[in-house]
Amino acid sequence: MLSIENLHASIQDDKQQIKNILCGINLQINPGEVHAIMGPNGSGKSTLANALAGREDYQITAGKVEFDHKDLLALTPEERAARGLFLAFQYPVEIPGVNNMYFLKAAVNSIRKQRNLSQLDAIDFLKLVKEKMQEVGMDEKFLHRAVNEGFSGGEKKRNEILQMLMLEPRLAILDETDSGLDIDALQAVAKGVNSLRSKDRSIIVVTHYQRLLDYIVPDVIHVMVKGQIIKSGGKELALELEAKGYGWLECA
Amino acid sequence: MSNEYIKQVVNKNYEYGFVTAIESDTFAPGLSEEIIRKISARKNEPDFMLNYRLQAYRHWLTMKSPEWAHVHYPEIDFQKIIYYSAPKVKKDGPKSLEEVDPKLLETYEKLGIPLHERAKLAGVAVDAVFDSVSVATTFKEKLAEAGVIFCSFSDAVQNHPELIETYLGTVVPYRDNFFAALNAAVFSDGSFVYIPKGVRCPMELSTYFRINAANTGQFERTLIIADEGSYVSYLEGCTAPMRDENQLHAAVVELVALENAQIKYSTVQNWYPGDEEGRGGIYNFVTKRGACRGKNSKISWTQIETGSAITWKYPSVVLQGDNSVGEFYSVALTNHRQQADTGTKMIHIGKNTRSTIISKGISAGFGQNTYRGLVRVLPTAINARNYTQCDSLLLSDTCGAHTFPTINAKNPTAHIEHEASTSKIGEDQLFYCRQRGLNQEDAVTMIVNGFCKKVFNELPMEFAVEAQKLLEVSLEGSVG
Repeated sequence: MLSIENLHASIQDDKQQIKNILCGINLQINPGEVHAIMGPNGSGKSTLANALAGREDYQITAGKVEFDHKDLLALTPEERAARGLFLAFQYPVEIPGVNNMYFLKAAVNSIRKQRNLSQLDAIDFLKLVKEKMQEVGMDEKFLHRAVNEGFSGGEKKRNEILQMLMLEPRLAILDETDSGLDIDALQAVAKGVNSLRSKDRSIIVVTHYQRLLDYIVPDVIHVMVKGQIIKSGGKELALELEAKGYGWLECA
Repeated sequence: MSNEYIKQVVNKNYEYGFVTAIESDTFAPGLSEEIIRKISARKNEPDFMLNYRLQAYRHWLTMKSPEWAHVHYPEIDFQKIIYYSAPKVKKDGPKSLEEVDPKLLETYEKLGIPLHERAKLAGVAVDAVFDSVSVATTFKEKLAEAGVIFCSFSDAVQNHPELIETYLGTVVPYRDNFFAALNAAVFSDGSFVYIPKGVRCPMELSTYFRINAANTGQFERTLIIADEGSYVSYLEGCTAPMRDENQLHAAVVELVALENAQIKYSTVQNWYPGDEEGRGGIYNFVTKRGACRGKNSKISWTQIETGSAITWKYPSVVLQGDNSVGEFYSVALTNHRQQADTGTKMIHIGKNTRSTIISKGISAGFGQNTYRGLVRVLPTAINARNYTQCDSLLLSDTCGAHTFPTINAKNPTAHIEHEASTSKIGEDQLFYCRQRGLNQEDAVTMIVNGFCKKVFNELPMEFAVEAQKLLEVSLEGSVG
């Protein structure tokens, strides 16, 4: 499904300095697998998630990424979305004045159009969205508010998961979706993600904490430090990290 | 890069840049008492009109072009402007649409206002002003049934001189400012509306202005009077052909609302903005003001300003009557080298007067966008309320947004709120939308429309759609 080979990426900071953030990432994700990427602050986890989604702030300086055997890096962000790549943002953006339902419908139909599918009409759409909202425990009133405007942290994250369920991605990347969530919201998010799990869908969960992985049990855990994956293992690796921190790996 | 893209979006060409070849009756350029007498004679005006024009002209000679606005342009040579240009018509002028020069009607078609159809379908009565003379007025009869007078200013001078004499210049006196004085001296036509007591105008009234002849200053004058307990919604739309030289448009709009009357005035202004380098385009120097004379009266201005090389206008409300309400909703978009200095004045005089100001400025390219507002509460205005919100959205690194709010409260019971924000269209917002599958163009349009929503909500339905489309077109090529 996703194959990353020797990926290097850098960013230009405020002082026009080039800073290397990803320093040779290798990652292979097969259909149906759930991978967790853990690591300390500033290790490059979010950069990896954003670079895969096509954020233009990052310069890809070397390496290659294939998504369904196609060159992912040659695609615009919207083309990546149309092919089924979804990023649940760490900090979902507010879009004042743009109705949440309108946004969601525009997104769904834009992606359907790019996939040569018919447009969902208002009635079918509404039925579907209400169903999915129930799944993530969101009140319908959020449909009529502006996108993420004035939403609490937890509401924003639920909204991300709602979008994910509506867009039915092939590869979902969750960028620290668990940060700042209370236990109810965490469970709602996990429930949404788990409902999406299937043999032809893959998920990447980027997180600091082992807590989320109690609810979304990964097949593989990677530890990222200073822009490289320095250790991979099964789900038990998360417990070890929880107990020992990242220090022992960095020294190793 | 998205910057490149936004440039493309904003740089779409002006679609209304055609010229209509029509024989016109045009004066030689220049301004003098003689020209003013000629205009007045050509229009067969009564003495009070000529006197008004001459007084205004003499006063104008003592005035100087204002320099306080945040706009820059070379000095205007007022002797090079043609002050009167009318399409040549058969002796008595058109009696109905059938008699109107088909070329004129074609022009309106191109502008997207097929008079007959649009009027019938939308139930809109259109008073179309082509250069200086009003050429066609539809739905006159239906309006007449309701007692509504909706006609060209010239017709009103001929047929309702008593109303003109009573109200002309009472809201915007010719001494008010340089361009208002110039307008008072030379205005050639415009629209006139009178809504009698207790009448709710049965349809939206609409005027489309168009500057066609080269080097013609268009000085139109609009006067709307809503008598006690009446209501009217008035729509104004503007376009002009593309020309290299700048054209001056100095209009005056006066609104009078008597007791319990309401006037809603909506403008979609799309004058030619000049090219990418800032050549050509309209100088839109307009004075618009409404007077809430009676108790419980209400005047509401809504404007969508996307055109003109320079916009200088401050639709204002004088809140004289107790409990009267003034509103100003504005979207101003500047792209390329466009400059806009716009805002409002809310003058609170009566008790319990309320005003609301919502201003949304969008700047792209090298556009300069200024909000300038005054909220004045006089000692008599007990319990006056004002709420102002003014937001700026920047779409490039080379544009500018400026805000100059002035608050002047002379009554301790006044309650005034002011909120302001400036933001750059977020790469974050764009990326978010694109990650959800929207292409960049749709994403920009969606974000900008969201930004303007509070103002669009105030527009009549058909206009709101038009405004969104216009914004889309004006934005083509613009985020950075």
